[in-house]
Amino acid sequence: MNKHLLSINDVSAEDVVRVLDTAESFREVGTRIIKKVPALRGRTVVNLFYENSTRTRISFELAAKRLSADVINFSASGSSVSKGESLKDTALTLQAMGADAIVIRHSSSGSPHTLTKWVKGSVLNAGDGTHEHPTQALLDLYTIREKLGRFEGLRAAIVGDVLHSRVARSLSFGLVKMGAEVTLVGPPTLIPPDAPAWGVQVSYDIEGVLPKLDVCYMLRVQRERQRQQYFPSVREYSRLFGLTRDRVAMLPEGCLIMHPGPMNRGVEIDSDVADLPQAVIEEQVTNGIAVRMSLLYLLLGGAGTGEVRERD
Amino acid sequence: MMASVRLLDGGEIRRAVTRIAHEILERNKGAEGLALVGIAARGDDLARRLASEIARIEGAKVPVGVLDITFYRDDIGMRAEAPEVHETRIGFDITAKTVVLVDDVLFTGRTIRAALDALVDFGRPTSVGLAVLVDRGHRELPIRADFVGKNVPTRKDELVRVALQEVDGEDAVYMEERT
Repeated sequence: MNKHLLSINDVSAEDVVRVLDTAESFREVGTRIIKKVPALRGRTVVNLFYENSTRTRISFELAAKRLSADVINFSASGSSVSKGESLKDTALTLQAMGADAIVIRHSSSGSPHTLTKWVKGSVLNAGDGTHEHPTQALLDLYTIREKLGRFEGLRAAIVGDVLHSRVARSLSFGLVKMGAEVTLVGPPTLIPPDAPAWGVQVSYDIEGVLPKLDVCYMLRVQRERQRQQYFPSVREYSRLFGLTRDRVAMLPEGCLIMHPGPMNRGVEIDSDVADLPQAVIEEQVTNGIAVRMSLLYLLLGGAGTGEVRERD
Repeated sequence: MMASVRLLDGGEIRRAVTRIAHEILERNKGAEGLALVGIAARGDDLARRLASEIARIEGAKVPVGVLDITFYRDDIGMRAEAPEVHETRIGFDITAKTVVLVDDVLFTGRTIRAALDALVDFGRPTSVGLAVLVDRGHRELPIRADFVGKNVPTRKDELVRVALQEVDGEDAVYMEERT
């Protein structure tokens, strides 16, 4: 494993399997009465969130706490950042306080990479601009492997606002790396022009894609990022690309319905579709804690000098 | 190069397991309230063998769990690579049970220290005992085994390797030395 997790491309296919296998053990820890192990006792993990996030921050916080690490949550609002402190000075402050890992979410693509130049600990990208969200991709891969048992030859569609979606980028790279076939589906305005270079296919017709899928991954319509009009109206988007009951009927039996959350029920996914048994959206959240525990464990648990060796 | 000496063969391992099963039953006065928890890897296979011996001798089914102690190690973060994780599965409540931990080799005692910490996260056993196939000495903690297959005097830099049919395709214990 690399010291940092900035992009899914930092993780080899072999290490993806290692992360998922280790997460399997942490899933078991989550079923115990005492859902906590002492693996990272005495280590400090800082959640540095420049963008609002509920589930990712809580997920990372729980993951670190269940590993017995000390967790500090630092959000841009109500902190020194709102007084004008730069990322560099914040990083140096956290460094001076002895952070072993920094989990960063930032609206600027590449900021986790920049952060690695200023801190000694591991940096984990929890979403940077429209670039990547590797931990989300890994928890999605975990969920897919758990439900379908493999990646090789699986057919997945990622539907919606791919252009602004760091989830779509990381997950596409991850699925392609593991041998799955990925089709990006959405209005032409929301499909990135460089998409063919990702090793994926592109379609503008959701109904043509649905009947041969193993995984149907719906993206959130990011209304906060719609500075210009990418589609005429939410209603039209919903009619052309939303996952309705009628469209679910076109999916083969056993096809997973996934969503990274938070959902806009009634926009990209119908409310009753999100509650179907083949929709594994809540499982994705549960698995997220185990996968983040696995990542923190593998990144911090191997950060030593290597002087201590295997012994009984 | 490794020089290798066989300490136990398949028959000796089988007889040691049978004797330990008898000793556990004698100490516990039967199989009542007994549970076996094997430490991954290989301790779990030994625990299953002990359970089937106990079933044969006493006609009683004793629950068997497998415990991975990786997350409880005292050297996480001191290594260049995070230690590899195995499966933990204890499908029964250990509270009020007489638990016997099972491992292949007892050496420094650090694994057992970690196993005791792990075990109390699952419940509160009445008592915890320890059964090992090989005790090679060199304890670094105040820990001893209740049931021992074979005591083997070793040098600290020697390596004791247990091979079991279930994982390694043969039953044997080797002492290996870097030459």
